[in-house]
Amino acid sequence: MKKFILDLKVLENQRIQSNYALIKLTTHDSQPLPEMVPGQFVEVLVENSPNTFLRRPISINFVDRQNNELWLLVQLIGDGTRKMGELNAGDNLNLVLPLGNGFTIPTDTAKKVLLVGGGVGTAPMLYLGAEMQKMGIEVDFLLGARSEKDLMQLDEFAKYGNLHITTEDASKGEKGFVTNHSILTSKQFDNSYCCGPKPMMVAVASWASRNGVECEVSLENTMACGIGVCLCCVEKTTEGHICVCKEGPVFNINKLLWQL
Amino acid sequence: MAALNVEIGDLKLKNPVMTASGTFGYGIEFADFIDLNRLGGFIVKGTTIHHREGNPYPRMAETPMGMLNAVGLQNKGVDYFIENIYPELIDIDSNAIVNVSGSTIEDYVATAEKCAALKHIPAIELNISCPNVKQGGMAFGTSPKSAAEVVKAVRKVYPKTLIVKLSPNVTDITEIARAAEESGADSVSLINTLLGMAVNAEKRTPILSTITGGMSGAAVKPIALRMVWQVYNAVNIPVVGLGGIMNATDAIEFLLCGATALQIGTANFIDPAVTVKVIDGINEYLDRQGCKDVKEIIGGLRV
Repeated sequence: MKKFILDLKVLENQRIQSNYALIKLTTHDSQPLPEMVPGQFVEVLVENSPNTFLRRPISINFVDRQNNELWLLVQLIGDGTRKMGELNAGDNLNLVLPLGNGFTIPTDTAKKVLLVGGGVGTAPMLYLGAEMQKMGIEVDFLLGARSEKDLMQLDEFAKYGNLHITTEDASKGEKGFVTNHSILTSKQFDNSYCCGPKPMMVAVASWASRNGVECEVSLENTMACGIGVCLCCVEKTTEGHICVCKEGPVFNINKLLWQL
Repeated sequence: MAALNVEIGDLKLKNPVMTASGTFGYGIEFADFIDLNRLGGFIVKGTTIHHREGNPYPRMAETPMGMLNAVGLQNKGVDYFIENIYPELIDIDSNAIVNVSGSTIEDYVATAEKCAALKHIPAIELNISCPNVKQGGMAFGTSPKSAAEVVKAVRKVYPKTLIVKLSPNVTDITEIARAAEESGADSVSLINTLLGMAVNAEKRTPILSTITGGMSGAAVKPIALRMVWQVYNAVNIPVVGLGGIMNATDAIEFLLCGATALQIGTANFIDPAVTVKVIDGINEYLDRQGCKDVKEIIGGLRV
């Protein structure tokens, strides 16, 4: 898939909860956005942030082809992302995209799929679920958070599949971690997809591995280049050290050397 | 439009802009972003005689106006390069230069010999300055005696243009540069990364798996300029300048300090099209300054 360095225009920058921003972007000249698939990411150039030297890798939250919009869900965690949270409608944002490989979507639409997201890791699951639904696959989302106030875009998720929620404080959905949710025992799944904090992904990968469910996870090792040339973001795999940015960020758990 | 072509030994560059090893992959990764044929040259990833897995993750820390890396020369070895990557490079109308690294003199020699047989590789860059490997690498580049030994040994088997990449992690870089020149190097390139360190205060841990790593990016430019100027005044072979070049102005500063050619490194991560912008910017500068040839400004610092 061809990669571009692209200037996009901020349409909307919506603060979600206290420390997340949903940034909606479009092209300046009404040209259609380039081809991109769920699971890929972009590298954002953050301007006017003296402590932000490198671009910031951000996963693709959603691509609205009808309105020609690219959505990024950003956790405002350091200087660079906080600066992104200050963008206003009409501002320019420079991106390199699309980067990395997407999730594997089953060609057999009868497959039962579970899309698991935690925290800001829910971001790529929205676009993945939407694309799967478009293909006629029934989607179950399992979203986990510390508390109700950490859950985002629930109305959006509800458009594309069945919503299952866990919170650690029981403020919404079932109490506990995603792996404690009753859907895991009440329904049989063929394929699972997970993005979130590493302990959560390891727990989901172990569940999948124990139950014979296919599982892909999305990693976020610290990156510099985003295009597979600096070799900084490597993950140790069955094929040795490989770049998360270029060979990932999506990996089948069978390729990883995680202790499950 | 001024003449931009320069020479390094027998190596002819259509302009002084090359890319630094380890920041540009094998060039082809950038084909979506720039016309590779426009580059004066590109130095491919550090290549060793055998496959190397490199250092454990984490290998990178962002620092103010720069970054640290601890990759440790991960590469699939020179034979893999020759079989799988070299064929993809031969149609690019630029100079593909192999960065040759090693742990022993024998390794350097063996890798250089294999590169000498490649018709479309007109030069090698001998990396005696990698700070991220335990054996070899920087050890060769931090004493004039060991630098001379490895350069002499490689010179014997490598007839084409031999560029020696110098470490800034030394007391006097001109001593090493002179040793390389006296041992037969056609050119020296500098600087490789500066040894640095990053700490996570909350966790009380180093950020890099190797504790220390190599620093690059905009922050190192003043040190690189100083060393290029010192080496330019100490040797008679062409100097290739690198270290923190982010734009055309930075590049011109290196030319003025005596660099015949340049390498752009970390800036490729931030703007994958930076190289062609630098070429255009040098051209504009020369026109503005009324220069007909880039050689008019090489070493042209008014002091």
